[in-house]
Order: sequence, then C-alpha cells, then structure tokens
Amino acid sequence: MGFWTTCRRHAWALGALLGALMLGAGACHGQFAVLWKKAAMICLECIGIG
Amino acid sequence: MKRLRLSVQLLFTIVTNGYLYGFLNGKIYRGPLKYACVPGLNCYSCPGAVASCPLGALQALLNQKGFQVPFAALGFFFLFGSVLGRFVCGWLCPFGLVQDLLHKIPVFQKKKRLPFHRILKHGGRAVLVLLVCAGSMVLLGGFAKVPAFCKYLCPSGTLLGALPLLSANAALRSQAAGLFLWKLAVLLAIVLLSIKVYRPFCQYLCPLGAIYGWFNRFSLVQIRWEKSQCISCRACEKACPVALSLGEISHSPECIRCGKCVAACPERCLHFFGSGTETKDPLS
Repeated sequence: MGFWTTCRRHAWALGALLGALMLGAGACHGQFAVLWKKAAMICLECIGIG
Repeated sequence: MKRLRLSVQLLFTIVTNGYLYGFLNGKIYRGPLKYACVPGLNCYSCPGAVASCPLGALQALLNQKGFQVPFAALGFFFLFGSVLGRFVCGWLCPFGLVQDLLHKIPVFQKKKRLPFHRILKHGGRAVLVLLVCAGSMVLLGGFAKVPAFCKYLCPSGTLLGALPLLSANAALRSQAAGLFLWKLAVLLAIVLLSIKVYRPFCQYLCPLGAIYGWFNRFSLVQIRWEKSQCISCRACEKACPVALSLGEISHSPECIRCGKCVAACPERCLHFFGSGTETKDPLS
C-alpha cells in the first residue's frame, strides 16, 4: 500500500481530531451558550413567522 | 439492507425527536442536550427535537455581532463528516427519510435526476455560500442579521417545526402570514417533486449535504470494492438511486451511502468498511 493511500485511509482520523479541537475552541469562546440560547427558544424564522 | 436502513432512519428520527410533551403542548425542549447538534437536518424548533440543528447552529454563530469563526458548528461538521461523510444523509437525516417515503408513493414515473443535473447539482453549494454563510452575515433590512436559510428556504423547519407548533399553539398560529405561506409553498413544491424525483432537496438544495459531500472522499465509512470478484455487470449502477457510475460510488460528493449498490451486487464485491480497494471503474 502506497504512502499516499495510507495517508488518505487515515485522513478521517485527522479530520475527527480537528473537529474535536474546534469543539474545544468553540467551548472556550462561549459559543455553546450562544447555540443553546438559540436552540432553546422557538426560532421564529425557522417556523416562518419571524 | 433496505429494511435495516429504514429501521435505522425511523429509530434515529424518533429518538432525536422524542420529546412528546412538546408535541402535545406546542412547546420545545429546553434541556442541556441542546448544547449538542444532531448530524442531520433536524429543526431545533421541532417540538420533539432534543438536540440542535447543525445548520441552525452555524447560522446562529454567524448572526452574532461582529465576526467570530464558528468553531462549535465547524467542530460538529468535521466530526460527523470525517467519520460518516454523507452516510448521515442516507441513514440519519429525518428530512431524507421523509423524501425516501414520498418517493415510494406509486404515482408518476420515477426519475433519478432532474434535467440539467450537471448544473443543478451545484445548488447545495450555492445555497451554502449565499444563504447560510453570506445571508447570515449581512444585515438584512438594515438592522438585524437573520438565519437566511432557515427563514427563506429550510423545508425541515416548516415540516418538523412550523406545522406541529402552529397546530398546537394558537398564539403562534395567529402570527402566521406571508412568510409562512412562502415557506409552505417551498415545502409543498419539494414534497411533490420528491414523489417523482429521488430526494430533490438532498440532490439540488441541501447545504448540509454539500458540506458532508466534501468529506466523502476520506470519511471512515466508505463503500469498498473487491476488484478481483467484480464481473462488471453494472448492477450497482442500475441500483444507485442518484445514478452514479461505479467509479463515482462512495467517492462522489453525491453518494449518500444508502447501500443499494452493496445489496444489488450479485458477487458481493461491494461492501461497507471492507479492506478491498477503493471504487474505480473496471471498464475504464
């Protein structure tokens, strides 16, 4: 199996790791509070009256 | 495979929209699970939704004053995309399930694609750039940023959010006007089109599919091809609901990993998670 094939086979792990790091960065910036605040109230735009 | 996929789709939709109290009282869940996003297009204003919509989350973060990189939303996209790719669309998206069920209605001659598919297939990316990103960052009406995709296009919001909420909540119902009618018209158009064409929203408009499609090339969940066993019968291509060739199956951003090619192969040379070579066209 070639080097690049091996790299591509495992690129998902790098992507998942990046995702986890971004979630951590989001938590540090308080973005989950923003997300929850939006999701916990009825989104008037989503239901077509906002 | 067909029954397994339908069971997974139904189960996932029920579990992620299992807040029955909300359906009965026209209210939505406000617990801590809403800090997290589900992988599929599932409106967080659905009375039963127990988690957040990833596109709604992205727009909420872009709607903030000033500009911040929306790390939290991108994190969910990278995590789900890297592991699952568009397997999310085929197996875990509630609106995908709705379109699948509509396509089973035995009226009209069924079609896999719309005319001008080569141009229209970029619609999801256009919606992502224009409505989800740019539309959420500019001031519409001069005073406030709005989640433009949710407001003007999202049919999941109308079907899973607006219709159950408005039917159970008289106060909200009294406020429904022109915008609601527009969103209802969009939903109706997609519903009608879904009966004839396979998943038109997923193929031509969904920005979430456009995001996950980017991960299809290297996601963990792949469809592998055992080249040595292939008899080039093209049964997989005939079974593919989005009309992909063997060379495109799994790698293409359009492949939703539905597994119909896997089930159709008489030699069992296509499979999920296998150790075989990646799909390449044997006749080319």
